[in-house]
Amino acid sequence: MNSLRLRSLPHLLLALVLTFAGVQQASAQGAAADVNKKGVAPGATAAATPATATTPAAGGGDAAAIAAGDALFKGNCAQCHAVNEQVVGPALAGITKRRPVSWLIPWVKNSSKVVASGDDYAVALFNKFNKQQMPSFALSDKEITSILAYVTSQEGQATAATGGPTAGNAAAADGKADAAGAEEGAGKYVDILLIVLVVVLIVLVVTLVIIGNLMKDVLRGRKDLDGRDIEILEQRFDWGKLYRSPVMRGIVGTVFALVLLYEGVQSVMAVGLTQGYQPTQPIAFSHKLHAGEHQINCAYCHTSVYKAKSANIPSANICMNCHSQIKTESPEIKKIYRAIERKQPIQWVRVHNLPDLAYFNHSQHTQVAGLQCQTCHGPIQNMEVVYQYSALTMGWCINCHREMPLNTKDNKYYDNLVKLHDTKNAGAPFTVSSNGGTECSKCHY
Amino acid sequence: MKYWKGIEELDNTPEFMQSAFAEFMPVKESHESKDATSAPRRDFLKLMGFGVAAATLASCETPVRKAIPYLNKPEEIDPTIANYYASTYFTGADYNSVLVKSREGRPIKLEGNPESPITKGGLSARAQAAVLSLYDGGRLQHFAIKGQKAEVSQVDQEIRTKLASTTGRIAIVSPTIISPSTKKAIAEFASRYPNTTHVMYDAQSASALLQANGGVVPGYDFSKATVIVSLGADFLGTWISPVEYAKQYVVNRKVNTNKRTMSRHFQFETNMSLTGTNADVRVPVKPSEMGATALALYNAVVGGAGADPKTKLGMAAAELKAAGATGLVVSGSNDPAVQTLVTAINQSLGNAGTTIGTAASNVRQGDDARMAALVNDMNNGAVGAVIFYNANPVYNHPLGDKVKSGIAKVPLTISLNDRLDETGSLCQYAAPDNHWLESWNDFEPKAGYLSLSQPVITPIFTTRQAQESLLKWAGNNTSYYKYLRANWRGITPTDAAWDKAVHDGVLMGTALPAAQAPATPAMSPAAAASQLSGAAKPSGVELALYEKVGISAAGSEANNPFLQELPDPVSKATWGNYVAVPRKMAIEQKWEQNDVLKITANGRSIELPVLIQPGQANGTVSIALGYGRTLAGKAGDKVGENAAVLAMTNNGIQYMNVVTLAKTGATSPIAQTQTHQTLMDRRPVVQENTLAKYKENPKEVTEYEKISTPDGLEAPNKVSLWQDYQYNNHHWGMAIDLNSCIGCGSCVIGCQTENNVAVVGKQQVINRREMHWMRIDRYYSSDTHKDSFETKGKLDTYAAMEDPSENPQVIHQPMMCQQCNHAPCETVCPVLATTHSSEGLNQMTYNRCIGTRYCANNCPYKVRRFNWFSYYSNEKFEIVNGHMFTDLGRMVLNPDVTVRARGVMEKCSFCVQRIQLGKLEAKKQKRRPKDGEIVTACAQSCPTEAIVFGDMKDPNSRISQLLRREDGERAFHSLDSINVQPNVTYLTKIRNAESEFFAKENA
Repeated sequence: MNSLRLRSLPHLLLALVLTFAGVQQASAQGAAADVNKKGVAPGATAAATPATATTPAAGGGDAAAIAAGDALFKGNCAQCHAVNEQVVGPALAGITKRRPVSWLIPWVKNSSKVVASGDDYAVALFNKFNKQQMPSFALSDKEITSILAYVTSQEGQATAATGGPTAGNAAAADGKADAAGAEEGAGKYVDILLIVLVVVLIVLVVTLVIIGNLMKDVLRGRKDLDGRDIEILEQRFDWGKLYRSPVMRGIVGTVFALVLLYEGVQSVMAVGLTQGYQPTQPIAFSHKLHAGEHQINCAYCHTSVYKAKSANIPSANICMNCHSQIKTESPEIKKIYRAIERKQPIQWVRVHNLPDLAYFNHSQHTQVAGLQCQTCHGPIQNMEVVYQYSALTMGWCINCHREMPLNTKDNKYYDNLVKLHDTKNAGAPFTVSSNGGTECSKCHY
Repeated sequence: MKYWKGIEELDNTPEFMQSAFAEFMPVKESHESKDATSAPRRDFLKLMGFGVAAATLASCETPVRKAIPYLNKPEEIDPTIANYYASTYFTGADYNSVLVKSREGRPIKLEGNPESPITKGGLSARAQAAVLSLYDGGRLQHFAIKGQKAEVSQVDQEIRTKLASTTGRIAIVSPTIISPSTKKAIAEFASRYPNTTHVMYDAQSASALLQANGGVVPGYDFSKATVIVSLGADFLGTWISPVEYAKQYVVNRKVNTNKRTMSRHFQFETNMSLTGTNADVRVPVKPSEMGATALALYNAVVGGAGADPKTKLGMAAAELKAAGATGLVVSGSNDPAVQTLVTAINQSLGNAGTTIGTAASNVRQGDDARMAALVNDMNNGAVGAVIFYNANPVYNHPLGDKVKSGIAKVPLTISLNDRLDETGSLCQYAAPDNHWLESWNDFEPKAGYLSLSQPVITPIFTTRQAQESLLKWAGNNTSYYKYLRANWRGITPTDAAWDKAVHDGVLMGTALPAAQAPATPAMSPAAAASQLSGAAKPSGVELALYEKVGISAAGSEANNPFLQELPDPVSKATWGNYVAVPRKMAIEQKWEQNDVLKITANGRSIELPVLIQPGQANGTVSIALGYGRTLAGKAGDKVGENAAVLAMTNNGIQYMNVVTLAKTGATSPIAQTQTHQTLMDRRPVVQENTLAKYKENPKEVTEYEKISTPDGLEAPNKVSLWQDYQYNNHHWGMAIDLNSCIGCGSCVIGCQTENNVAVVGKQQVINRREMHWMRIDRYYSSDTHKDSFETKGKLDTYAAMEDPSENPQVIHQPMMCQQCNHAPCETVCPVLATTHSSEGLNQMTYNRCIGTRYCANNCPYKVRRFNWFSYYSNEKFEIVNGHMFTDLGRMVLNPDVTVRARGVMEKCSFCVQRIQLGKLEAKKQKRRPKDGEIVTACAQSCPTEAIVFGDMKDPNSRISQLLRREDGERAFHSLDSINVQPNVTYLTKIRNAESEFFAKENA
């Protein structure tokens, strides 16, 4: 974002030079747009179904059970448990050897009931983990056994391997991260290539100059040259003539005026735009750590992202689900403790600000359209500090609504509309805008 | 038939004609250069130049906005998802079971509770507006001693000490209380201080009714009535329980092809009331003649004396007799003799168990005699302490002056009122009660019907629930919730049963002790008859005091700007009361509208402007109660005059008197909303016909306009320049049954709260700049009709049609944006700020609007509203528009609807936010929206279900079925011939009136 800040006085003065910068910037934007498109590819949307909607086909062999357990584990257990590592709750490796399945099922369903029944192992476990209660889960017996099958299959694998994505959402996030990484790698490669080329060019130029001088010296040493040859040999390039040339002046002037105009329009259009806005937050919360490395599902903290207009800035009690146990000594986390003690809510700085006149509903885009968070929020899993990735302008919204096909799959709301569209206009994709998605009162009321 | 919208239109005064057809009234603005606030043009340009530069510089810095989450998020609250809690609205007048819509812990709207067997999802205008009273800055925000802020503990301690040492009588004065637990708490207080008596009085007293019926209000059931005779009871607007009665009333007023019967409604009254406008037969009578009318009816029905069947009274008596058990007589009179006769007539009709149900109503319990005795005792020095519990008798009791002098003589005076009002400010101690949205309470509006209210927000100010205060002073330190819960153990023994009761808000069961018998015993019908026949006839101009649909007689809603600006259903006046004068009297006395009169009675006089009111009984004038508060709050103070002082008090309280009127020479403009936005009268806007005609052939009751084409007469929609829209997904539409619409104004306030509509204040209403998205047009009819063309000649007939009818028939027509398919507004907008959606909506985009107002000028229905000011930030509107202005008030705004800025146009959006939400919920659940799930605020508010909203693309929706059924019968579009093809359809009004009473228009 440095280039944005730089774009002021020196930029205008050296506009001619910076045409190159402009070109470079455009290419960078092009790259970003590419990533954007990758993120919104309709194929990927299937993976974005929220955890609640994941109902695996039960039975059907061991592999199927493990696969089903995989999804269930990531949706329900992974926030507190890992297979080979103690997180909030105990490591689950070898759990089927430690306790019989007949004990585990009631435990998962309602652990406090088992504790209350006075079961020795349960009470000991409860006390060992500082009387931290495991929430009850409304899972069927079959689902619990499939989770156990998955846990067994993961036993003994390297810790790194267990850090798989917690939900489909994160799987897509991975894909995005790869894409971003690839882009980064490609960028570096191009840089090196350029440097090499420049060095080669410099060497070539220097070599040519040396050769030219040598040749001149050789020629000067010869006495058999006539006047015309000497004239050629002693020729000097007349820079003043070039300077006085009206054609040259015209070209330079036009280019300068055009660049000035372009930059002027760009800067006026950018008034009120806050793309790249990256305020310092009161607590140095890292999305890179939580969403990226630990693969915590976005909806775990942003609880209402699938059901409400607002995604919900997490309340302190959600932080406490884990941080009552984890990293309790960190000065940043102590700020949360202080907030709770003083009963003063944490005042985060809002990064994404829409004007009041625009209505935006998260659930429409996540739950109904099946978009991923990254489509609009960018590579959030790589952000140490969150910044505004998208422009959030009306043009940006409308463009997407024009291009994006509706997610009509398995949604009875759209059944007749899809049929109608197919009979009338089968060739064109059934986009958001073809269903009235660019009308004023969809967002303004 | 010629309709006229008001006296001005009828008179064709030059001032009126000048502006009759103008959408915007020209208002003279002052532009004198000496005015320091107005800047000359050059300065303006300079400032603007600087402003642009400053704005550009300022915009470089992004304003930092905070996002503040909960510390510990309650499980049931998700930001931006609304929660609904069942509760109960009862402030001493009408009872409503409500659902409170709460966003992020703030109540923002009240909706009817469909679970309630009494109000059945209906809601009155007052209840709709009640949510605004919660955020009323005029409330007392702390406990007080002699008006100065004091600690709760200090107030408690001093009161307890003084109560313990009180020797004389202790009185608790309140309006009607229907809460069993509150009554128990008062009883507990009385057992601790044995000299305590609890005195209830109603600002609009029903003592005589109670006296004639053993201390209760009979359980009227208008739904079973085929003949209704009302002697001055405004049961659809203000009398006893209007929402309940309106719900019942329309059952027999709705007609369709398969049910071509209607009840018949006779109304005898002085002032034109909401109920009177809906009556089939309305007879204006003087207040002093009401007794004679009751007696004549009694003689005809019970005594068997033959009444002349040619008179309206005779007709009523004959039809009542024929109806028998399905007949019903009600009276709003506070004369025990009249009420005794009414009870006797009902008994002789044998309607007990049919139109008078077994479940008696408790919503009126006030006893005038007890209150009058207390006032005397206070003045005699026999009262040691008095506690005013949400009672303001200094203002709203006709003996207010005596109450005031009495308070000075009582050693200990305590006010539990929510503000330092006329009474509270005279008391030594103030322990303000919570608002009902902050309180737990129970209610028994009818015997056997219970209902609960629950707090939906923690108390905003340092207030305490009144019951808790009383318990505390009686030495009981339990919270009122625990007290209530313990009291309900018998009704809801288990926690689950209690939770369900709280969830539903209503429950069948009984908890209230038997009603206290009135202080004066009932009369015998014979005694009543002889008393009435011997009554002296007063001479002079008679005054009738009445209650308005918006502001109650108690005046407790005075500081609620929504209700102050709610147009009266009949006169369409806002912000204040006036003297309603019949036209004849005005001509005789040479009074004109807005002339201020001095009205004198009881040795007291008040000054109010004249409003010429068609239908007002000759020789009478009427004034509304509930106005002229002096300590209600900024918005409610000095709006109108207090007419309670003019009531007759020598023989019980009678809301009438003989008055002398004198012109003062001053004028005071009345802010009326009607005659603004005049619809051009050459095309049928509103249609009606008679039941007789409807019975004969439903296909002939509606006149469909045809237009001439080369192929002969065609329906207007056959000829069009425009291409029709194709609706694939939804096509939203609305149908309004003019037969069911009673004009109560509930929808107007419902729309206002839902859509953040600004309140503009009296002067702006006079300037025709009111902002209501929805209005109810009231049309008076004229008596002369086209059928006299042959006898009188056309010219004379037209001249006669201009003649005012003394007692006009009235139609109410709700009018809002008609969402035209060929919208004239859309084609003239230069910036495409108003466009058509693929779902049939006419969309208004505020952020694109530049305020040319072309659309409003081109709208044939005059429903577009222009923001002349920034109502949310211009200090001129701080008082009236507090709900957008102050931080406290803003809590009531609907966060899903933009607050419109200055210079933009706005209008009804068909509650597009609700449509969008409903569709989204359906999409999330992967299904089509269900019919009835998406409903506009007006349709939801309507107590009579006159408004049906739905998807016309869905063949099974209620609206599709209704339109199919009524097509070619009663369904019509307003101004059909201009072919704008509205998505709002009206259903022709059908009157159950004899042909000689009603025009033979097409004969």
